[in-house]
Amino acid sequence: MSDTTDNAKTNFKWVGKRTRRPDGPDKVTGRARYGDDMFMPGMLHGKTLRSPHAHAKILSIDTSKAEALKGVKAVVTHKDIPDHPLSKPPYGPAIADLHDISRNVMAREKVLYDGHAVAAVAATSERIARQALKLIEVEYEVLPHVLDPLEAAQPDAPVLHDHQFTLGVEPAPEKPSNVFRVVSTGRGDVDKGFAEADIIVEREFRTQPVHQGYIEPQALIASASEDGAVELWTTTQGHFVIRAFCAKLLKMDTATIRVTASEIGGGFGGKNNVYSEPVAIRLSQKTGRPVRMVMTREEVFRATGPASGTYSKVRMGAKKDGTLVAAEGVIYNQAGAFKGSPVLRSVDSFFSSYTVENVKTTAYDVCVNRPKVAAYRAPGAPMATLGAEMAINELADKLGMDPIDLRMKNAVQDGGQSVAGVKYGRIGLQEVLERAKNSDHYKSALGPNQGRGFALGYWMHGGGLSSVVANLLDDGTVAIATGNPDIGGSRSSMRAMAAEELGVELETIKPIVADTGSMGYSHLTAGSRTTFATGLAVINSVQEIIEKLRALAAKKWEIPVEDVTWEAGQAVTQRDGFEAMSLKQLAGMATKMGGPIAGHSEINAGGAGAAFCAQICDVEVDPETGFVAPKRHTIFLDAGRAISPDYVEGQMQGGAVQGIGWALNEEYIYDDKGRLLNTGFLDYRMPVASDLPMIDTVIIEVPNPNHPYGVRGVGEPPLVPAPAAVANAVENAIGVRATSLPLSPPKVLDMIESARPAVAAE
Amino acid sequence: MSKHMITATINGDEVDFTCHADQTLLDVLRENLHMTGTKNGCGSGDCGACTVILNGRPINACLVLGAEVDGADIETVEGMAKGTELHPLQQKFLDHAALQCGICTPGFLNMAKALLEKNPDPTETEVRFGLAGNLCRCTGYDKIVRAVMDAAAEMRANQS
Repeated sequence: MSDTTDNAKTNFKWVGKRTRRPDGPDKVTGRARYGDDMFMPGMLHGKTLRSPHAHAKILSIDTSKAEALKGVKAVVTHKDIPDHPLSKPPYGPAIADLHDISRNVMAREKVLYDGHAVAAVAATSERIARQALKLIEVEYEVLPHVLDPLEAAQPDAPVLHDHQFTLGVEPAPEKPSNVFRVVSTGRGDVDKGFAEADIIVEREFRTQPVHQGYIEPQALIASASEDGAVELWTTTQGHFVIRAFCAKLLKMDTATIRVTASEIGGGFGGKNNVYSEPVAIRLSQKTGRPVRMVMTREEVFRATGPASGTYSKVRMGAKKDGTLVAAEGVIYNQAGAFKGSPVLRSVDSFFSSYTVENVKTTAYDVCVNRPKVAAYRAPGAPMATLGAEMAINELADKLGMDPIDLRMKNAVQDGGQSVAGVKYGRIGLQEVLERAKNSDHYKSALGPNQGRGFALGYWMHGGGLSSVVANLLDDGTVAIATGNPDIGGSRSSMRAMAAEELGVELETIKPIVADTGSMGYSHLTAGSRTTFATGLAVINSVQEIIEKLRALAAKKWEIPVEDVTWEAGQAVTQRDGFEAMSLKQLAGMATKMGGPIAGHSEINAGGAGAAFCAQICDVEVDPETGFVAPKRHTIFLDAGRAISPDYVEGQMQGGAVQGIGWALNEEYIYDDKGRLLNTGFLDYRMPVASDLPMIDTVIIEVPNPNHPYGVRGVGEPPLVPAPAAVANAVENAIGVRATSLPLSPPKVLDMIESARPAVAAE
Repeated sequence: MSKHMITATINGDEVDFTCHADQTLLDVLRENLHMTGTKNGCGSGDCGACTVILNGRPINACLVLGAEVDGADIETVEGMAKGTELHPLQQKFLDHAALQCGICTPGFLNMAKALLEKNPDPTETEVRFGLAGNLCRCTGYDKIVRAVMDAAAEMRANQS
């Protein structure tokens, strides 16, 4: 089932229409070129030697035998990567400390996780490169390791970084700690609030780190020339960001590196960072030949970023009538080997859907001996939301209230604010809750062994830096170049918005993703920002073309430009005796009457606004095995405006299913030495088609006032409440409290058995 | 290391290649022949991105050695369209928006094609189990299953 609501203007020609995506034919024929689909003449193959230890001092690295192997052209270690000083406070939501990044791409003093890069070789074949890795001799002094964020935060835990003293605690600590920072936010007085509460619920949770699980491993080719220029082809969510990281890290001029983003085979936040890119550039610089580096799936699991595993504690208090009076949330986020878990997002995610008067949230950013976490679709939000949304359901249960009614009673209103004080404008929360409450799904009956879960999620979208170039060609077609890799159908949305503005046929617009040498800076395709922010830049660029076409028509007609308007793809004037001129006619005239016509826009987009997403999940639990089968799942999302409804639904369905995997199956399994055991898709169990029902979507459109078409962003919110909705459904089915994810069969079976009457055991 | 001299039929064309004994069919297709439509997602037979049709059966190209395919008939995504006319499955994947990033799409198309050849009128459950060896992280499978069901219906209609 797919359902959309439209409460604003509907007279669009292309916005909101279901159209075939422009990148579609190349993707169904195998023509589309992804990270490892590129070959260059004379290309070498790069491979990375990785640490077998979770935590160890590097005493020595001897590469001489590897270098002597026939076919090996270069070997690099940390000595080839410049060192950088530690960055200094203040720290924003995302920390990009070159000190840490240089050590993550190539371990320096210590290895900090199983899979940490230690050396890399470039050879004439992958086979020789693999042989060479075996000839590199690394002497380690193994150190005690720690994997759990709560354990790592204790004073007696093995410390990863001797230079790290916890920020945000009083008095300032004298001993180094794995806790990089503690951040808190809130309002009111929680002690007072809890004292006034008639009923209090307190819950504790543990969640596992989960991998983004993109099907395309990291892959790239770097080619350095003798004059210092570097070409880089890589699969990334932001080639401008990759260029910036490589240039800063390797102390090169930014403009000397030209990055082309390949077609990207999934990212979900996991392709925002550099891993092999700087290493491949160094190998290419040393050899004078292109170097291709492709990660194996095992390397992807061992060395690229999962989302933080967490420990969290939530306390919520309400009056008998259901008014929330106090809420408190604490979360420990695994940062992995280096600081920078999404703590600021976590503290803002706990209770931001509600108007609770007294609220306090705290998050710990904790280093552990695991790969450095990376963004994953609404980073920091699903884990904090899990606790809050399971606690509020328990409150509803104890109050004898319907869980949606309880949320409606406390739902934040237009003009309200998040826990961290982010001000909302017009929001669609009430509409989302109403649609969920009145849905067929919510009213339907459950079968035996089935349970229903409801959960609500909040996410504040990103805006930021975007650049667009639009070129009008002499046949009246328009080439739209953005700097944002298309990860979920953005070319389709850019094309729709450009065609809508110009008032022309869709086929007239040709959207592409241009390389870093061709246009201005664009930030990542991340934060659900592309259709909003880059879309604004597309609209601006096309408007510039329209202005130039009006001027051209005025010149041709020899009338003032004020008398020319642009309507439905034509220049028109109210003056008598002039026939409207089409885009195509004007495009043909342009070169003879002043020159080519183009528009461009470079912006820092603000006002993306908040989105709310609710989900209803029905599961069936097998009481014999503990196996949980999702039976029905409906997503309600305020999209602001769905430019391309097909791809909005795709984002909703994909996000919810990632949440189902997070809730039911996905986890990292380490041995007692801190080595990752499940480094493949067989044992890291992501949802497959036979695990799932159809995923129903309800797109609600409460337009964002800060975008001409009302876009809010849609990529991230569908994941935020999904694990909580599934976990609530499991609790509802078996009547036992869940305390950790994933709710895999052995765990669910234990939960069921723990609740069986003691008589059974006698 | 000596190489094997192999002759196989790929998408109807006779193709000669040499390969090392340890090279998989996936390595051969991608690295030797530069037929990159067949994707490498895991190299261990767990994701299905490299699904091709070998002598009429869908297989993971990463689990078959290049040296094993002498005399074999291989179909890859590059041979799915008839010239410039897309296969009904390719059409339906576009119509139903059954792809996002597209990295898993060639594998799904081949697996679905093999499934529909064996079972032209599958139930939703049969489609889901038929495609259970192919991972997609973007779509949640909903639109893929719909596209395959719709393509099956169209292919049945075209045959009758």
